[in-house]
Amino acid sequence: MIDDITALDELERDALTELVNIGVSRAAASLRKMINKQVILSVPSVEIVTRRSAASLFEQRESEDFVAVQQQFEGPFSGRALLIFPERNGLSLARAIVGDEMDEADLAEMEDETLRETGNVILNCCLGSMANMLQHTLKMSLPEVHRGNSTAFFGVLDRAADESFVLFLYINFSVQDRQIHGYIAMLMDLPSLEKLKKLIADFIDRVMA
Amino acid sequence: MAVTCLIVDDSKLARIVAGKAIAALQPDWMRIEAANAADALAIVANQQIDLAILDFNMPDKDGLELAAELRVSHPRMPIAVITANVQDEIIARVRELNATFVAKPVTEDAISGFISGAALRLRKAPA
Repeated sequence: MIDDITALDELERDALTELVNIGVSRAAASLRKMINKQVILSVPSVEIVTRRSAASLFEQRESEDFVAVQQQFEGPFSGRALLIFPERNGLSLARAIVGDEMDEADLAEMEDETLRETGNVILNCCLGSMANMLQHTLKMSLPEVHRGNSTAFFGVLDRAADESFVLFLYINFSVQDRQIHGYIAMLMDLPSLEKLKKLIADFIDRVMA
Repeated sequence: MAVTCLIVDDSKLARIVAGKAIAALQPDWMRIEAANAADALAIVANQQIDLAILDFNMPDKDGLELAAELRVSHPRMPIAVITANVQDEIIARVRELNATFVAKPVTEDAISGFISGAALRLRKAPA
C-alpha cells in the first residue's frame, strides 16, 4: 500500500509534472534537431501505480510488441527511464535520423545503434534537466535496447514484484509527417520516491522563496 | 489605470513562479491566474486584460491556440508564450502571432525583456 510519507501532495505532484514537462520539452527539441521534423508532445502524466498496471497501460494502447531504449539512473533517487516505440516504429525512427540515402540492409543493421544513440540523447537530456533543476547529480547507465512486451521493460518479473508500487511518469510524442509515435517513461521505486519528495520540497522552496 | 496581467498555466507552481517574477519587476501590476485556456478566454471576455503570459503545453487547448484566439479580440495586446520546448516550429508560430517566446523555467531574468517591452507599449498606447 502507499503510505502517507511517500504520497505526494498537490503542489509536489504539480512541481514534479512541471519538472518532467521541462525535461521532456528540452529532449523533444534535441530530437527535433536530429530528425529535422517537429516533435509533438502530450501533457505529462504522473501516477503512483503498481508495475503491472504501468505495463498494462502500454499493452492496452498498442497491438504490437515494443522496442525500448532503457537507461538506469542512480543518485539521490533511482529508477529507470525508457524511450518506447511500437516495434515497427523503430526502423522508421532510425530512417528519420540517418536520412534517405542509406539502403534498407544497412539501415536494418544500424537500427539498434541508432536507437541506442537517440535514446541516450533524449533520456539524458530529460533526466539531466530534471537533475539540474533539483540541484543533484544522477549517474546514468549506458543505454540498452530491448524488444518485447512492456511487462519485461518495467521489471515485472514475478508475482510479488507485480504488485509493488512505483512512481510512473510518461508522456507520448509523435513526429510530424512520419508515422512515428512513442513514449518517454520513467519508473521510480518507492524508497527513491521518499528522497525525491524531499528534493521536490527543496525545489519548491527555492522557486517560491 | 493599473495594468492587469493574465497568467495561464495548468501548473499551479508555474503560475506562482511566473507571478513572483512579474511582481518583482512590476510590483504595481495586478495579476490574474487561469489554469486553462477556457478559463482564460472567459476572464478576457469579462474584464480588461492588458497583457497575457501563456504556458505552451496545456491539456485541451495549448498556449499557441489560445494566443491565436486572443489575437483576434486583442490585436495589440502583449502576449508571451512560455515553454522549454525550443523547437523551431514552435518559436516560428509564436513569432507569427506577434507574441514573445520566453524559455521555461521562468525567472525574473528570462521574462524581464517581455515585461519591460510590454510596459513600454502599454504606456504609449493602452491595449
